[in-house]
Amino acid sequence: MSIEVKNIYKKFGNFQALENLSLKVETGELLALLGPSGSGKTTLLRLVAGLDFLDQGQVLFGDKDAQDKKASERGVGFVFQHYALFRHMTVFDNIAFGMNVQPRKVRPSRHEIHSKVMELLKLVQLEWLADRYPWQLSGGQRQRIALARALAVRPRVLLLDEPFGSLDAQVRKELRMWLRRFHDESHITTLFVTHDQEEALEVADRIVVMNQGRIEQVGTPEDVYHSPVNAFVLNFLGNVNFFHCRLEEGKAIIGGTALDVPGLDVDKPHPAKLYVRPNQFKITRYAPKGSALKALVEYVNPAGTIVKINMKTETGERIYAEISQDEYKNLKIVKLEQVYVSLKDVTYSEHLHNIP
Amino acid sequence: MSQLNARTEPRFVRYFLITIALAFFALFLVLPLVCVFHNALSKGWVVYFDALKHPDAIAAMRMTLMTALVVVPMNLVFGVAAAWAISKFDFRGKGLLLSLIDLPLSVSPVIAGLIFILLFGAQGFLGPWLIAHNIRIVFAWPAIVLATLFVTVPMVARELIPIMKSQGTEEEEAALTLGASAWKTFWLVSVPNLRWGILYGVILCNARAMGEFGAVSVVSGHIRGLTNTMPLHVEILYNEYQSAAAFAVASLLAMLAIVTLIAKSIVEAHIRQGQK
Repeated sequence: MSIEVKNIYKKFGNFQALENLSLKVETGELLALLGPSGSGKTTLLRLVAGLDFLDQGQVLFGDKDAQDKKASERGVGFVFQHYALFRHMTVFDNIAFGMNVQPRKVRPSRHEIHSKVMELLKLVQLEWLADRYPWQLSGGQRQRIALARALAVRPRVLLLDEPFGSLDAQVRKELRMWLRRFHDESHITTLFVTHDQEEALEVADRIVVMNQGRIEQVGTPEDVYHSPVNAFVLNFLGNVNFFHCRLEEGKAIIGGTALDVPGLDVDKPHPAKLYVRPNQFKITRYAPKGSALKALVEYVNPAGTIVKINMKTETGERIYAEISQDEYKNLKIVKLEQVYVSLKDVTYSEHLHNIP
Repeated sequence: MSQLNARTEPRFVRYFLITIALAFFALFLVLPLVCVFHNALSKGWVVYFDALKHPDAIAAMRMTLMTALVVVPMNLVFGVAAAWAISKFDFRGKGLLLSLIDLPLSVSPVIAGLIFILLFGAQGFLGPWLIAHNIRIVFAWPAIVLATLFVTVPMVARELIPIMKSQGTEEEEAALTLGASAWKTFWLVSVPNLRWGILYGVILCNARAMGEFGAVSVVSGHIRGLTNTMPLHVEILYNEYQSAAAFAVASLLAMLAIVTLIAKSIVEAHIRQGQK
């Protein structure tokens, strides 16, 4: 079942939460809504679920307008950041709830409910917790039960509101991978909200980057990471360095040094902002053939799969770079050493034509 | 030593404060309670039970029970509705509703009684109309119910608002997305989450309804055997120098207080556990 929103508007008091937003989630897709808090991503999710009502626009499930359908009739599975398990019910009753409240005519038999609940508990690998109460479970366990509960009603779409937002880093990673595997097997159309770019990049088929109630970019994780359409998307997805510079004859002049910038066409000289990912720097001990920025190493952290280096150029610009452990072994740089930094690539450049 | 920390007062200060607190309660609460039972039984069990078996006493008990029986359920419905509206929705006039719920706590019960006299009494605003239609409110059971209702309005709502606020609306929303109707969500999710809070409010409301004197005294008319409640009956007996009988009836109210206290502390323990 695909979901589509068309030109939707939503205001809370004076706050414009969503402004003329349109988006289509394809059938079987796992789509992440990514953005800072207040960007409207949770509002969008709640509008789709029918938990909030939009001011203007349309929500379509498949090709049917869902506007006049209540939350209880939309057939969505919703998972909340803080689990929202029924505290007075056991895990078993929580999962069975959706089936137990169905009208008598369509309600599965007691036996069917029992086997369905046990099947779902098995899916989330928590069979032994059936008789426990929510307060007896860890955060990760609660969220898995919440997922099982949402799946019990065979939802046509799954909506997840920062599902791993209040979990420990380790549990978070595990559940993230679990969600990806689950989606690969079930192919249920899934829309999930997160403010964690790593999570979105790792799990989603496509990412929607949101800001101030609008969509900045929609694309695959690769697209949004490597080809951001603007500075906001770039900043939001991963670390980035930026330099004020002047572009002249294919070179970027930063603090008096003219650097080669691969793949940058310049017709006439103009000022610009260059955005460079930490892995797009080349660091050498000796001055390379072309020109390079002289920098002082302020901090080196080799703990991890990559080595993180903080540097400061002669003109006071700070650079954060990441290099591989192999490069690091060849370089053997330490704190307070002098190095040369050149550009391998640039992720994004903002051309400021109008400013002299 | 393990219990000591920077905030722990010296031992003599602690004992001093504890002694003062206990002495105060012994003097002003326990001693009077003992007195009530002592005086009630001062002329023996026969007089005690005779006082309770007296038709006027039984009529007063019936009046008190009938009043509580109507007032408590009404307050339960109103309290849940008001607490629900205040804690789960944003609307214009929310502050006003909150103040109105608190109003009976800040108004003297006698004033509360007078309001109903002024409204429904023979010289009152609606009096002539009521007399013309032969509807009797003041100096009868309806006025007692109204006055009691007025003073007990905050009891249930006040208990539920903080509990509902802390629980938020996510569980209800979860129930809705799982296909439950609003009705089923209310009964299967909201009410069970609130059951101890509701019980707590009902216990307090009941205690207040049965014990109310001021407001009821103004509107009841003190007609023996007809419009007397238990607290009013105690006063009448006492004014007639039947102190043993007065204390006998009073002892029933005292026992109600003790039962209320015990029930209250049990429920409080459950509420604390539920918030874990």
